[in-house]
Amino acid sequence: MADSVQELASRVEQRFADKLTRSTVNVGQVTVLLPAMHLLEVCRALRDEPQFAFQQLMDVCGVDYSAYGVADWETTETSRSGFSRGVSIGVHRETGDGHPRYAVVYHLLSIKHNQRLRLRCLLEGDPPKVDSVVEIWASADWYEREAFDLFGILFEGHPDLRRILTDYGFVGHPFRKDFPLVGNVEVRYDPEKQRVVYQPVTIENRVLVPKVIRHDPRHTGGDNN
Amino acid sequence: MLCMPEIRNMTLNFGPQHPAAHGVLRLVLEMDGEVIERADPHIGLLHRATEKLAESKPYNQSIGYMDRLDYVSMMCNEHAYVIAIERLLGIEPPMRAQYIRTLFDEITRILNHLMWLGSHALDIGAMTVFLYAFREREDLLDCYEAVSGTRMHATYYRPGGVYRDLPGVMPQYQASKWHNEKEVKRLNRNRQGSLLDFIEDFTERFPKCVDDYEALLTDNRIWKQRTVGIGVVPRDRALQLGFSGPMLRGSGVAWDLRKKQPYAVYDQLDFDIPVGKHGDCYDRYLVRIEEMRQSNRIIKQCVGWLRGHPGPVVVDDRKLIPPRRVEMKEDMEALIYHFKLFTEGYCVPEGEVYAAVEHPKGEFGIYLISDGANKPYRLKIRAAGFAHLSALNEMVKGHMLADVVAIIGTQDIVFGEIDR
Repeated sequence: MADSVQELASRVEQRFADKLTRSTVNVGQVTVLLPAMHLLEVCRALRDEPQFAFQQLMDVCGVDYSAYGVADWETTETSRSGFSRGVSIGVHRETGDGHPRYAVVYHLLSIKHNQRLRLRCLLEGDPPKVDSVVEIWASADWYEREAFDLFGILFEGHPDLRRILTDYGFVGHPFRKDFPLVGNVEVRYDPEKQRVVYQPVTIENRVLVPKVIRHDPRHTGGDNN
Repeated sequence: MLCMPEIRNMTLNFGPQHPAAHGVLRLVLEMDGEVIERADPHIGLLHRATEKLAESKPYNQSIGYMDRLDYVSMMCNEHAYVIAIERLLGIEPPMRAQYIRTLFDEITRILNHLMWLGSHALDIGAMTVFLYAFREREDLLDCYEAVSGTRMHATYYRPGGVYRDLPGVMPQYQASKWHNEKEVKRLNRNRQGSLLDFIEDFTERFPKCVDDYEALLTDNRIWKQRTVGIGVVPRDRALQLGFSGPMLRGSGVAWDLRKKQPYAVYDQLDFDIPVGKHGDCYDRYLVRIEEMRQSNRIIKQCVGWLRGHPGPVVVDDRKLIPPRRVEMKEDMEALIYHFKLFTEGYCVPEGEVYAAVEHPKGEFGIYLISDGANKPYRLKIRAAGFAHLSALNEMVKGHMLADVVAIIGTQDIVFGEIDR
């Protein structure tokens, strides 16, 4: 399997050399990073050309990278003999590269070659926009509606881009990292008005376990002490 | 020309509180007489933001959420989640754990298909099958209870293995004011030995039970009238629509992740993949019935292997697995590890992975992005039912209202996983 993964990566790289930003192989899976402007062209080729034959789109997933690598504690390495202390409480940022905030990730499956491929498009602008792949894979319909609903990503050319998972009349995009976990509004029954009403939330979000980033050399192939 | 009466299309609301909607599906149907012109499913009434919740919790605390996704195939959901974490951590659970997982995945498949069979038949008007199916489900839920303590939301799998080894004693019924001694003795007849003995006894009985279900349905004239030629999805269309599992196999695509991209120990077991021909509800019914027989075969093989191979059921890594209670009482180090694991959890190396399993309903995938923290950065759940339900409009177009129920049934929809 490992060979065929490498082979797929190089085949994709060769075929789309001028269109891809980068392709990587991680945990036995090929990830291709490509600019949003080439998405439709590359997807169509991946579906139709017999050397790829990615007939199925299994998943479309929105990602908000704005809190990537942001931890609540500053830490040092973990080793087999022990954990390091959390040094300071407060927001600590590990990486600060200025890449775009949103991304869409597509998971393709080729039944013919028994291979999977992951495409990632980083999206510029606010609201982020990308071309819809509904024309290429019909299964994208609801997945794109979901990514629009949860992240506010606009899929241009989608025939019916409505909210899908959230409530009728919902405001905001709940899976963005700046949307609070407890939400903004709550509902209750108002006995005077004799109906259910919305009101601002009355509870506060509690972080029970702080987010900690530790580098464990055992998992990254480093020193095994 | 005669004067035609004015004919208008009618809009019909189906659900969200309708027993044949299998949960909280709200279906807006545009009807021309009794024929469906367009169906617009409204989902999300059971949306709990599982993926967002998982982002705020250490990895192990979300295992329990997985049970609540597709709440009729609990352990299969957990399996995808723990595989995703294991791949990122680069660990491999011990052989015995892999067999236990395979065993319970297949028990879960039978549980799911029995639930599907009973409710599907009930929707179409056959009452008896439901009662029979739930009789067998009871025994399998007892296996869940014996191994994890709960009958549904097991939280049994762990990254690196399973929570504990199979129990040596099968819990037994006790006499009460509802069951007298004689009755209890009869109920406990196959519970005298270990859990494995009980499961083995089940695998002996089960093929006969499937024969009974088939006797009620397979050649039943009404059943055939309601399912043959209903909801036909051709092969190419099924691929386009992102179908997987029995929905794809019913349309004639021989695709099963257990064979094609094996996980756990499926590559060492002997079983067959049933494939349909016509892509209608009846073929999908036959596929699922045969899958139950094949699952029974797999369970038999797993029981045989597990009897002869005792051993550890989790990896020996203190950063992932809590120490035993006894050790904590004596060993300072063990106490620290326990404290650390339960207050902070473990950090998963930076990276991303998509782990898919052959869930009873289709391909269930977990896409996990980690930024090296003790919580997932992003968790995306690829639910099989989501893709299937999105094709509902296409499948019901031109059918009668009563066929909508048959098509919802054949899709094997559970809202826990669709709405997440």
